[in-house]
Amino acid sequence: MRQFEYKRAEDARAAVAAHAGNDAAAYLAGGTTLIDLVKLDVMQPERLVDVNRLALDAIEPADNGGLRIGATVRNTALAHDKRVRRDYRVLSEALLQGASRQLRNRATTAGNVMQRVRCSYFRDGISPCNKREPGTGCSAIEGRNREVFAVLGTSEHCIAVHPSDMCVAMAAIGATVRVEDAEGSREIDFADFHKLPGDTPHIEHELAGDELITHVTLDAPVADAGSTYIKLRDRSSYQFALASCAAIVSLDGDRIREARIALGGVGTKPWRCLDAEQALVGQPAVDETFEAAAAAAMRDATPYKHNAFKIPLARKAIVCALRDAAARAGNGA
Amino acid sequence: MKDATNMPVDVAIDLRINGKMTQLDVPPNVVLLDALRDRLGLTGTKKGCDHGQCGACTVLVNGEAVNSCLSLAVTHDGDDITTVEGLADGETLSPVQQAFLDHDAFQCGYCTPGQMVSATELMHNHAVGDTDADIAEAMSGNICRCGAYKNIVAAIQSARKAG
Repeated sequence: MRQFEYKRAEDARAAVAAHAGNDAAAYLAGGTTLIDLVKLDVMQPERLVDVNRLALDAIEPADNGGLRIGATVRNTALAHDKRVRRDYRVLSEALLQGASRQLRNRATTAGNVMQRVRCSYFRDGISPCNKREPGTGCSAIEGRNREVFAVLGTSEHCIAVHPSDMCVAMAAIGATVRVEDAEGSREIDFADFHKLPGDTPHIEHELAGDELITHVTLDAPVADAGSTYIKLRDRSSYQFALASCAAIVSLDGDRIREARIALGGVGTKPWRCLDAEQALVGQPAVDETFEAAAAAAMRDATPYKHNAFKIPLARKAIVCALRDAAARAGNGA
Repeated sequence: MKDATNMPVDVAIDLRINGKMTQLDVPPNVVLLDALRDRLGLTGTKKGCDHGQCGACTVLVNGEAVNSCLSLAVTHDGDDITTVEGLADGETLSPVQQAFLDHDAFQCGYCTPGQMVSATELMHNHAVGDTDADIAEAMSGNICRCGAYKNIVAAIQSARKAG
Protein backbone atom coordinates (compact mmCIF):
# COMPACT_ATOMS: atom_id res chain seq x y z
CA MET A 1 0.00 0.00 0.00
CA ARG A 2 1.20 3.51 -0.82
CA GLN A 3 2.37 5.77 1.99
CA PHE A 4 0.37 8.66 3.36
CA GLU A 5 0.27 11.01 6.30
CA TYR A 6 -2.07 10.11 9.13
CA LYS A 7 -3.84 12.65 11.31
CA ARG A 8 -6.26 11.77 14.05
CA ALA A 9 -8.94 14.36 14.78
CA GLU A 10 -10.91 14.70 18.01
CA ASP A 11 -13.68 16.97 16.73
CA ALA A 12 -15.15 18.15 13.44
CA ARG A 13 -13.35 21.48 13.47
CA ALA A 14 -9.98 19.78 13.98
CA ALA A 15 -10.80 17.27 11.25
CA VAL A 16 -11.57 20.01 8.74
CA ALA A 17 -8.37 21.85 9.73
CA ALA A 18 -6.33 18.68 9.33
CA HIS A 19 -7.87 18.08 5.91
CA ALA A 20 -7.11 21.62 4.72
CA GLY A 21 -4.08 22.45 2.64
CA ASN A 22 -3.84 19.16 0.78
CA ASP A 23 -6.01 18.51 -2.28
CA ALA A 24 -5.25 14.81 -1.98
CA ALA A 25 -6.46 14.52 1.62
CA ALA A 26 -9.29 12.14 2.51
CA TYR A 27 -11.39 11.53 5.61
CA LEU A 28 -11.06 8.01 7.03
CA ALA A 29 -13.99 6.45 8.88
CA GLY A 30 -14.63 2.68 8.69
CA GLY A 31 -12.23 2.44 5.76
CA THR A 32 -14.01 -0.51 4.17
CA THR A 33 -14.07 1.22 0.78
CA LEU A 34 -11.16 3.61 1.17
CA ILE A 35 -8.48 1.17 2.36
CA ASP A 36 -9.59 -1.36 -0.24
CA LEU A 37 -9.16 1.23 -3.01
CA VAL A 38 -5.86 2.54 -1.63
CA LYS A 39 -4.53 -1.03 -1.70
CA LEU A 40 -5.61 -1.22 -5.35
CA ASP A 41 -3.99 2.21 -5.88
CA VAL A 42 -7.28 3.43 -7.38
CA MET A 43 -7.51 6.05 -4.64
CA GLN A 44 -4.22 7.82 -3.97
CA PRO A 45 -4.57 9.96 -0.85
CA GLU A 46 -1.53 11.80 0.47
CA ARG A 47 -3.13 12.38 3.85
CA LEU A 48 -5.79 10.51 5.79
CA VAL A 49 -7.74 12.31 8.49
CA ASP A 50 -9.13 9.76 10.96
CA VAL A 51 -12.65 10.83 12.01
CA ASN A 52 -13.49 7.71 14.01
CA ARG A 53 -13.08 9.51 17.33
CA LEU A 54 -15.35 12.43 16.54
CA ALA A 55 -18.40 12.52 18.81
CA LEU A 56 -20.68 11.77 15.85
CA ASP A 57 -21.81 8.29 16.81
CA ALA A 58 -25.27 9.10 18.21
CA ILE A 59 -28.75 8.57 16.79
CA GLU A 60 -31.08 11.27 18.13
CA PRO A 61 -34.62 12.52 17.56
CA ALA A 62 -34.55 15.46 15.12
CA ASP A 63 -36.60 18.66 15.18
CA ASN A 64 -38.39 17.61 11.97
CA GLY A 65 -39.85 14.52 13.64
CA GLY A 66 -37.22 12.30 12.03
CA LEU A 67 -33.91 10.91 13.25
CA ARG A 68 -30.52 12.60 13.23
CA ILE A 69 -27.83 10.03 12.55
CA GLY A 70 -24.21 10.84 13.35
CA ALA A 71 -21.70 10.37 10.55
CA THR A 72 -19.77 7.64 12.35
CA VAL A 73 -22.74 5.54 13.48
CA ARG A 74 -21.83 2.06 12.27
CA ASN A 75 -24.14 0.26 9.87
CA THR A 76 -24.74 -2.49 12.47
CA ALA A 77 -25.76 0.01 15.15
CA LEU A 78 -28.07 1.86 12.76
CA ALA A 79 -29.72 -1.34 11.51
CA HIS A 80 -30.50 -2.53 15.05
CA ASP A 81 -31.55 0.80 16.55
CA LYS A 82 -35.05 0.36 18.05
CA ARG A 83 -36.40 3.58 16.49
CA VAL A 84 -35.05 2.66 13.06
CA ARG A 85 -36.58 -0.82 13.29
CA ARG A 86 -39.92 0.63 14.38
CA ASP A 87 -40.23 3.72 12.16
CA TYR A 88 -37.87 3.02 9.26
CA ARG A 89 -38.01 -0.74 8.77
CA VAL A 90 -36.97 -0.27 5.13
CA LEU A 91 -33.67 1.23 6.28
CA SER A 92 -32.92 -1.54 8.76
CA GLU A 93 -33.68 -4.18 6.14
CA ALA A 94 -31.54 -2.45 3.52
CA LEU A 95 -28.57 -2.17 5.87
CA LEU A 96 -28.78 -5.81 6.93
CA GLN A 97 -28.81 -6.96 3.31
CA GLY A 98 -25.65 -4.98 2.59
CA ALA A 99 -22.14 -6.45 2.71
CA SER A 100 -21.24 -8.85 5.54
CA ARG A 101 -21.52 -8.64 9.33
CA GLN A 102 -17.81 -7.82 9.57
CA LEU A 103 -18.09 -4.96 7.09
CA ARG A 104 -21.28 -3.60 8.69
CA ASN A 105 -19.54 -3.58 12.06
CA ARG A 106 -16.98 -1.12 10.67
CA ALA A 107 -18.78 0.76 7.89
CA THR A 108 -20.25 4.11 8.91
CA THR A 109 -23.29 6.09 7.85
CA ALA A 110 -21.30 8.84 6.10
CA GLY A 111 -18.86 6.33 4.65
CA ASN A 112 -21.74 4.38 3.14
CA VAL A 113 -23.04 7.59 1.56
CA MET A 114 -19.53 8.16 0.14
CA GLN A 115 -18.87 4.62 -1.09
CA ARG A 116 -17.43 4.23 -4.56
CA VAL A 117 -18.67 2.21 -7.50
CA ARG A 118 -17.90 -1.51 -7.90
CA CYS A 119 -17.23 -1.30 -11.67
CA SER A 120 -14.43 -3.77 -12.44
CA TYR A 121 -12.86 -1.35 -14.93
CA PHE A 122 -12.77 1.41 -12.31
CA ARG A 123 -11.23 -0.96 -9.77
CA ASP A 124 -8.61 -2.60 -12.03
CA GLY A 125 -6.50 0.55 -12.20
CA ILE A 126 -5.58 -0.09 -15.86
CA SER A 127 -8.63 0.08 -18.13
CA PRO A 128 -9.83 3.35 -19.60
CA CYS A 129 -12.26 4.81 -17.04
CA ASN A 130 -13.67 8.34 -17.03
CA LYS A 131 -14.31 8.17 -13.32
CA ARG A 132 -10.75 7.19 -12.37
CA GLU A 133 -9.03 9.08 -15.19
CA PRO A 134 -11.28 11.67 -16.84
CA GLY A 135 -11.22 11.68 -20.63
CA THR A 136 -9.92 8.13 -21.10
CA GLY A 137 -13.31 6.65 -22.01
CA CYS A 138 -15.65 4.08 -20.48
CA SER A 139 -14.64 0.45 -20.84
CA ALA A 140 -17.95 -0.84 -19.51
CA ILE A 141 -20.25 0.48 -22.22
CA GLU A 142 -18.90 -1.99 -24.78
CA GLY A 143 -17.45 -4.38 -22.20
CA ARG A 144 -18.69 -6.79 -19.59
CA ASN A 145 -21.56 -4.76 -18.19
CA ARG A 146 -23.80 -7.17 -16.34
CA GLU A 147 -23.81 -7.10 -12.51
CA VAL A 148 -22.97 -3.62 -11.24
CA PHE A 149 -23.97 -1.61 -14.29
CA ALA A 150 -26.96 0.66 -14.56
CA VAL A 151 -29.92 1.08 -16.88
CA LEU A 152 -31.09 4.39 -15.39
CA GLY A 153 -29.15 7.65 -15.22
CA THR A 154 -26.31 6.42 -17.44
CA SER A 155 -24.36 8.55 -19.88
CA GLU A 156 -21.99 7.85 -22.74
CA HIS A 157 -19.20 8.44 -20.20
CA CYS A 158 -20.14 6.12 -17.33
CA ILE A 159 -22.71 3.41 -16.56
CA ALA A 160 -21.57 2.23 -13.11
CA VAL A 161 -24.24 1.61 -10.48
CA HIS A 162 -24.14 3.38 -7.14
CA PRO A 163 -23.72 0.26 -5.00
CA SER A 164 -25.24 1.28 -1.66
CA ASP A 165 -28.32 -0.40 -0.18
CA MET A 166 -28.54 2.05 2.74
CA CYS A 167 -28.72 5.02 0.37
CA VAL A 168 -31.64 3.51 -1.54
CA ALA A 169 -33.66 3.33 1.66
CA MET A 170 -32.64 6.89 2.55
CA ALA A 171 -33.69 8.09 -0.90
CA ALA A 172 -37.15 6.60 -0.31
CA ILE A 173 -37.44 7.97 3.22
CA GLY A 174 -36.11 11.41 2.31
CA ALA A 175 -33.16 12.91 4.17
CA THR A 176 -30.72 15.79 4.39
CA VAL A 177 -26.95 15.56 4.63
CA ARG A 178 -25.31 18.05 6.99
CA VAL A 179 -21.78 19.03 6.03
CA GLU A 180 -19.27 21.28 7.71
CA ASP A 181 -16.09 23.12 6.77
CA ALA A 182 -14.09 26.02 8.18
CA GLU A 183 -16.69 28.52 6.90
CA GLY A 184 -19.61 26.87 8.68
CA SER A 185 -22.18 24.23 7.87
CA ARG A 186 -24.90 23.58 5.29
CA GLU A 187 -27.60 21.04 4.58
CA ILE A 188 -27.83 19.19 1.27
CA ASP A 189 -31.02 17.43 0.20
CA PHE A 190 -30.25 13.71 -0.05
CA ALA A 191 -31.81 13.65 -3.53
CA ASP A 192 -29.22 16.19 -4.69
CA PHE A 193 -26.20 14.77 -2.86
CA HIS A 194 -25.20 12.14 -5.44
CA LYS A 195 -24.68 13.38 -8.98
CA LEU A 196 -25.52 11.76 -12.28
CA PRO A 197 -22.37 10.91 -14.25
CA GLY A 198 -23.24 13.10 -17.25
CA ASP A 199 -19.99 14.17 -18.85
CA THR A 200 -18.20 14.48 -15.48
CA PRO A 201 -18.42 11.00 -13.91
CA HIS A 202 -15.42 11.75 -11.71
CA ILE A 203 -17.58 14.25 -9.79
CA GLU A 204 -19.79 11.94 -7.74
CA HIS A 205 -21.32 14.14 -5.04
CA GLU A 206 -21.97 17.66 -3.82
CA LEU A 207 -19.12 17.87 -1.29
CA ALA A 208 -16.56 20.56 -2.02
CA GLY A 209 -13.09 21.33 -0.69
CA ASP A 210 -12.65 20.25 2.92
CA GLU A 211 -16.34 19.63 3.62
CA LEU A 212 -17.01 16.83 6.11
CA ILE A 213 -20.32 15.02 6.52
CA THR A 214 -21.38 15.28 10.18
CA HIS A 215 -24.96 13.94 10.12
CA VAL A 216 -27.69 12.48 7.97
CA THR A 217 -31.16 13.52 9.13
CA LEU A 218 -34.08 11.35 8.05
CA ASP A 219 -37.41 12.95 7.21
CA ALA A 220 -40.25 12.18 9.61
CA PRO A 221 -41.63 8.71 8.93
CA VAL A 222 -44.69 8.44 6.67
CA ALA A 223 -47.64 8.08 9.07
CA ASP A 224 -49.16 4.58 9.38
CA ALA A 225 -46.95 3.27 6.58
CA GLY A 226 -45.58 -0.18 5.90
CA SER A 227 -42.16 -0.47 4.32
CA THR A 228 -39.69 -3.01 3.03
CA TYR A 229 -36.48 -3.48 1.05
CA ILE A 230 -36.21 -6.24 -1.53
CA LYS A 231 -32.79 -7.05 -2.93
CA LEU A 232 -32.25 -9.43 -5.85
CA ARG A 233 -28.73 -10.71 -6.47
CA ASP A 234 -26.67 -13.55 -7.91
CA ARG A 235 -26.19 -15.17 -4.47
CA SER A 236 -28.47 -14.70 -1.53
CA SER A 237 -26.02 -12.96 0.80
CA TYR A 238 -22.89 -10.80 0.71
CA GLN A 239 -23.43 -9.63 -2.86
CA PHE A 240 -24.28 -6.37 -4.57
CA ALA A 241 -27.79 -5.93 -5.96
CA LEU A 242 -28.74 -6.75 -9.53
CA ALA A 243 -31.91 -4.86 -8.71
CA SER A 244 -33.35 -3.72 -5.40
CA CYS A 245 -36.37 -1.72 -4.29
CA ALA A 246 -37.16 0.28 -1.18
CA ALA A 247 -40.91 0.81 -0.83
CA ILE A 248 -42.99 2.73 1.69
CA VAL A 249 -46.80 2.62 1.44
CA SER A 250 -49.63 4.06 3.51
CA LEU A 251 -53.29 3.29 2.88
CA ASP A 252 -56.75 4.81 3.17
CA GLY A 253 -58.84 1.67 3.37
CA ASP A 254 -57.94 -0.32 0.24
CA ARG A 255 -56.48 2.65 -1.58
CA ILE A 256 -52.99 4.07 -1.54
CA ARG A 257 -52.62 7.31 0.38
CA GLU A 258 -48.91 7.78 -0.14
CA ALA A 259 -46.12 5.72 -1.70
CA ARG A 260 -42.36 6.00 -1.94
CA ILE A 261 -40.19 3.98 -4.29
CA ALA A 262 -36.42 4.00 -4.67
CA LEU A 263 -34.25 1.58 -6.62
CA GLY A 264 -30.77 0.13 -6.24
CA GLY A 265 -28.65 -1.97 -8.60
CA VAL A 266 -30.08 -0.22 -11.65
CA GLY A 267 -29.23 3.46 -11.26
CA THR A 268 -26.06 5.53 -11.36
CA LYS A 269 -27.28 7.10 -8.10
CA PRO A 270 -29.79 6.01 -5.45
CA TRP A 271 -32.84 6.17 -7.70
CA ARG A 272 -36.07 7.74 -6.44
CA CYS A 273 -39.12 7.17 -8.68
CA LEU A 274 -41.29 10.26 -8.15
CA ASP A 275 -43.50 9.78 -11.23
CA ALA A 276 -44.32 6.22 -10.32
CA GLU A 277 -45.11 7.30 -6.76
CA GLN A 278 -47.53 9.96 -8.00
CA ALA A 279 -49.28 7.44 -10.23
CA LEU A 280 -50.01 5.27 -7.18
CA VAL A 281 -51.81 7.88 -5.09
CA GLY A 282 -55.53 7.17 -4.74
CA GLN A 283 -55.30 3.86 -6.62
CA PRO A 284 -56.39 0.49 -5.23
CA ALA A 285 -53.53 -1.43 -3.58
CA VAL A 286 -53.57 -4.36 -6.02
CA ASP A 287 -50.99 -5.94 -8.32
CA GLU A 288 -52.31 -4.21 -11.45
CA THR A 289 -51.63 -0.86 -9.80
CA PHE A 290 -48.17 -1.92 -8.68
CA GLU A 291 -47.35 -3.26 -12.16
CA ALA A 292 -48.34 0.04 -13.74
CA ALA A 293 -46.11 1.90 -11.29
CA ALA A 294 -43.25 -0.50 -12.02
CA ALA A 295 -43.64 0.08 -15.74
CA ALA A 296 -43.62 3.84 -15.18
CA ALA A 297 -40.50 3.61 -13.02
CA MET A 298 -38.55 1.73 -15.69
CA ARG A 299 -39.96 3.51 -18.75
CA ASP A 300 -36.79 5.49 -19.46
CA ALA A 301 -34.38 2.62 -18.81
CA THR A 302 -31.57 2.05 -21.31
CA PRO A 303 -30.29 -1.52 -21.52
CA TYR A 304 -26.69 -2.41 -22.35
CA LYS A 305 -25.44 -5.63 -23.90
CA HIS A 306 -25.38 -7.78 -20.74
CA ASN A 307 -27.82 -6.08 -18.38
CA ALA A 308 -31.14 -5.79 -20.25
CA PHE A 309 -32.51 -8.43 -17.85
CA LYS A 310 -32.37 -5.82 -15.09
CA ILE A 311 -35.36 -3.94 -16.51
CA PRO A 312 -37.94 -6.73 -15.99
CA LEU A 313 -36.10 -7.79 -12.81
CA ALA A 314 -36.42 -4.30 -11.33
CA ARG A 315 -40.10 -4.19 -12.31
CA LYS A 316 -40.69 -7.41 -10.39
CA ALA A 317 -38.75 -6.07 -7.40
CA ILE A 318 -40.96 -2.97 -7.39
CA VAL A 319 -44.18 -5.00 -7.55
CA CYS A 320 -43.05 -7.34 -4.74
CA ALA A 321 -41.85 -4.48 -2.54
CA LEU A 322 -45.04 -2.44 -3.01
CA ARG A 323 -47.20 -5.50 -2.33
CA ASP A 324 -45.30 -6.31 0.88
CA ALA A 325 -45.20 -2.70 2.06
CA ALA A 326 -48.95 -2.33 1.45
CA ALA A 327 -49.64 -5.56 3.34
CA ARG A 328 -47.59 -4.27 6.28
CA ALA A 329 -49.45 -0.95 6.18
CA GLY A 330 -52.73 -2.87 6.23
CA ASN A 331 -51.55 -4.86 9.22
CA GLY A 332 -50.43 -1.80 11.12
CA ALA A 333 -46.79 -2.98 10.86
CA MET B 1 3.76 14.39 10.09
CA LYS B 2 6.77 13.58 7.99
CA ASP B 3 10.41 13.21 8.86
CA ALA B 4 13.36 14.80 7.04
CA THR B 5 13.17 12.23 4.22
CA ASN B 6 9.56 13.25 3.69
CA MET B 7 8.28 9.82 4.67
CA PRO B 8 5.39 9.45 7.08
CA VAL B 9 6.63 8.68 10.57
CA ASP B 10 5.64 5.73 12.72
CA VAL B 11 2.77 6.21 15.13
CA ALA B 12 2.88 4.77 18.65
CA ILE B 13 -0.25 2.81 19.53
CA ASP B 14 -1.41 0.78 22.53
CA LEU B 15 -3.41 -2.35 21.84
CA ARG B 16 -4.85 -4.84 24.27
CA ILE B 17 -4.35 -8.08 22.37
CA ASN B 18 -5.83 -11.26 23.80
CA GLY B 19 -5.84 -9.60 27.22
CA LYS B 20 -2.25 -8.39 27.07
CA MET B 21 -1.29 -4.73 26.72
CA THR B 22 1.00 -4.27 23.74
CA GLN B 23 2.79 -1.16 22.56
CA LEU B 24 3.63 -0.84 18.91
CA ASP B 25 5.15 1.72 16.55
CA VAL B 26 3.58 1.37 13.13
CA PRO B 27 3.69 3.31 9.87
CA PRO B 28 0.23 4.70 9.01
CA ASN B 29 -0.20 2.38 6.02
CA VAL B 30 0.04 -0.88 7.97
CA VAL B 31 -3.27 -2.70 8.32
CA LEU B 32 -4.15 -4.45 11.57
CA LEU B 33 -3.77 -7.86 9.90
CA ASP B 34 -0.15 -7.22 8.92
CA ALA B 35 0.64 -5.69 12.31
CA LEU B 36 -0.63 -8.83 14.03
CA ARG B 37 1.11 -11.29 11.71
CA ASP B 38 4.35 -9.57 10.79
CA ARG B 39 5.10 -7.43 13.83
CA LEU B 40 3.62 -9.45 16.66
CA GLY B 41 4.02 -12.98 15.27
CA LEU B 42 0.34 -13.75 15.70
CA THR B 43 0.05 -15.73 12.49
CA GLY B 44 -3.17 -17.53 13.44
CA THR B 45 -5.11 -14.74 11.73
CA LYS B 46 -4.93 -15.51 8.01
CA LYS B 47 -4.53 -13.35 4.94
CA GLY B 48 -6.92 -14.48 2.22
CA CYS B 49 -8.18 -11.97 -0.31
CA ASP B 50 -6.76 -8.92 1.53
CA HIS B 51 -9.81 -6.93 0.34
CA GLY B 52 -12.58 -7.67 2.82
CA GLN B 53 -14.20 -10.30 0.65
CA CYS B 54 -13.30 -13.60 2.34
CA GLY B 55 -13.23 -13.14 6.13
CA ALA B 56 -10.06 -15.20 6.77
CA CYS B 57 -8.59 -12.17 8.58
CA THR B 58 -11.52 -11.72 10.99
CA VAL B 59 -10.60 -10.55 14.50
CA LEU B 60 -12.73 -9.11 17.28
CA VAL B 61 -12.32 -5.39 17.96
CA ASN B 62 -13.98 -4.50 21.25
CA GLY B 63 -16.05 -7.66 20.87
CA GLU B 64 -17.17 -7.09 17.27
CA ALA B 65 -15.98 -9.09 14.27
CA VAL B 66 -14.12 -7.01 11.69
CA ASN B 67 -11.95 -7.60 8.64
CA SER B 68 -8.46 -6.81 9.91
CA CYS B 69 -7.20 -6.48 6.33
CA LEU B 70 -9.27 -3.31 5.77
CA SER B 71 -8.49 -1.53 9.01
CA LEU B 72 -5.37 0.52 9.62
CA ALA B 73 -3.55 -0.47 12.81
CA VAL B 74 -3.15 3.21 13.80
CA THR B 75 -6.93 3.60 14.01
CA HIS B 76 -7.05 0.94 16.75
CA ASP B 77 -5.09 2.79 19.41
CA GLY B 78 -6.65 1.78 22.75
CA ASP B 79 -8.78 -1.02 21.27
CA ASP B 80 -9.27 -4.49 22.69
CA ILE B 81 -8.35 -7.07 20.02
CA THR B 82 -9.07 -10.79 20.15
CA THR B 83 -7.43 -13.09 17.63
CA VAL B 84 -7.80 -16.85 17.26
CA GLU B 85 -4.84 -17.24 19.64
CA GLY B 86 -6.94 -15.61 22.35
CA LEU B 87 -10.00 -17.87 22.14
CA ALA B 88 -8.75 -20.79 24.25
CA ASP B 89 -8.18 -20.57 28.01
CA GLY B 90 -4.78 -22.20 28.33
CA GLU B 91 -5.22 -25.78 27.12
CA THR B 92 -9.01 -25.55 27.32
CA LEU B 93 -10.64 -24.81 23.98
CA SER B 94 -13.35 -22.16 23.85
CA PRO B 95 -16.92 -23.44 23.33
CA VAL B 96 -16.74 -22.40 19.67
CA GLN B 97 -13.39 -24.12 19.11
CA GLN B 98 -14.60 -27.31 20.81
CA ALA B 99 -17.78 -27.27 18.73
CA PHE B 100 -15.79 -26.88 15.50
CA LEU B 101 -13.73 -29.92 16.55
CA ASP B 102 -16.79 -31.97 17.57
CA HIS B 103 -18.68 -31.18 14.36
CA ASP B 104 -15.72 -31.54 11.98
CA ALA B 105 -16.41 -27.97 10.86
CA PHE B 106 -13.33 -27.56 8.68
CA GLN B 107 -11.38 -29.26 5.94
CA CYS B 108 -8.16 -27.51 4.88
CA GLY B 109 -8.38 -25.16 7.87
CA TYR B 110 -7.26 -21.95 6.22
CA CYS B 111 -10.51 -20.09 6.79
CA THR B 112 -11.05 -21.70 10.21
CA PRO B 113 -9.46 -19.02 12.45
CA GLY B 114 -11.64 -16.37 10.82
CA GLN B 115 -14.70 -18.62 11.00
CA MET B 116 -14.18 -19.31 14.71
CA VAL B 117 -13.48 -15.70 15.64
CA SER B 118 -16.51 -14.55 13.64
CA ALA B 119 -18.63 -17.23 15.34
CA THR B 120 -17.37 -16.09 18.74
CA GLU B 121 -19.18 -12.75 18.27
CA LEU B 122 -22.39 -14.72 17.73
CA MET B 123 -22.10 -16.23 21.21
CA HIS B 124 -23.12 -12.86 22.65
CA ASN B 125 -24.78 -11.22 19.61
CA HIS B 126 -28.49 -11.72 20.27
CA ALA B 127 -29.55 -9.66 17.26
CA VAL B 128 -28.79 -12.76 15.19
CA GLY B 129 -31.64 -15.27 15.25
CA ASP B 130 -31.60 -18.99 16.02
CA THR B 131 -32.41 -20.67 12.73
CA ASP B 132 -29.79 -22.28 10.49
CA ALA B 133 -30.64 -19.62 7.91
CA ASP B 134 -29.97 -16.87 10.46
CA ILE B 135 -26.56 -18.37 11.26
CA ALA B 136 -25.68 -18.86 7.59
CA GLU B 137 -26.63 -15.24 6.85
CA ALA B 138 -24.63 -13.93 9.81
CA MET B 139 -21.61 -16.00 8.71
CA SER B 140 -21.77 -15.02 5.02
CA GLY B 141 -18.70 -12.82 5.42
CA ASN B 142 -16.57 -15.93 6.00
CA ILE B 143 -15.94 -17.86 2.80
CA CYS B 144 -14.93 -21.54 2.95
CA ARG B 145 -13.65 -22.80 -0.38
CA CYS B 146 -13.74 -26.40 0.85
CA GLY B 147 -17.46 -25.97 1.42
CA ALA B 148 -17.64 -27.00 5.09
CA TYR B 149 -20.60 -24.67 5.64
CA LYS B 150 -23.06 -27.35 6.78
CA ASN B 151 -20.84 -28.44 9.66
CA ILE B 152 -19.83 -24.86 10.47
CA VAL B 153 -23.51 -23.95 10.96
CA ALA B 154 -24.03 -27.09 13.05
CA ALA B 155 -21.00 -26.25 15.22
CA ILE B 156 -22.19 -22.71 15.86
CA GLN B 157 -25.72 -23.87 16.63
CA SER B 158 -24.36 -26.36 19.13
CA ALA B 159 -22.05 -23.81 20.79
CA ARG B 160 -24.85 -21.23 21.03
CA LYS B 161 -27.30 -23.74 22.50
CA ALA B 162 -24.74 -24.83 25.09
CA GLY B 163 -23.82 -21.21 25.87
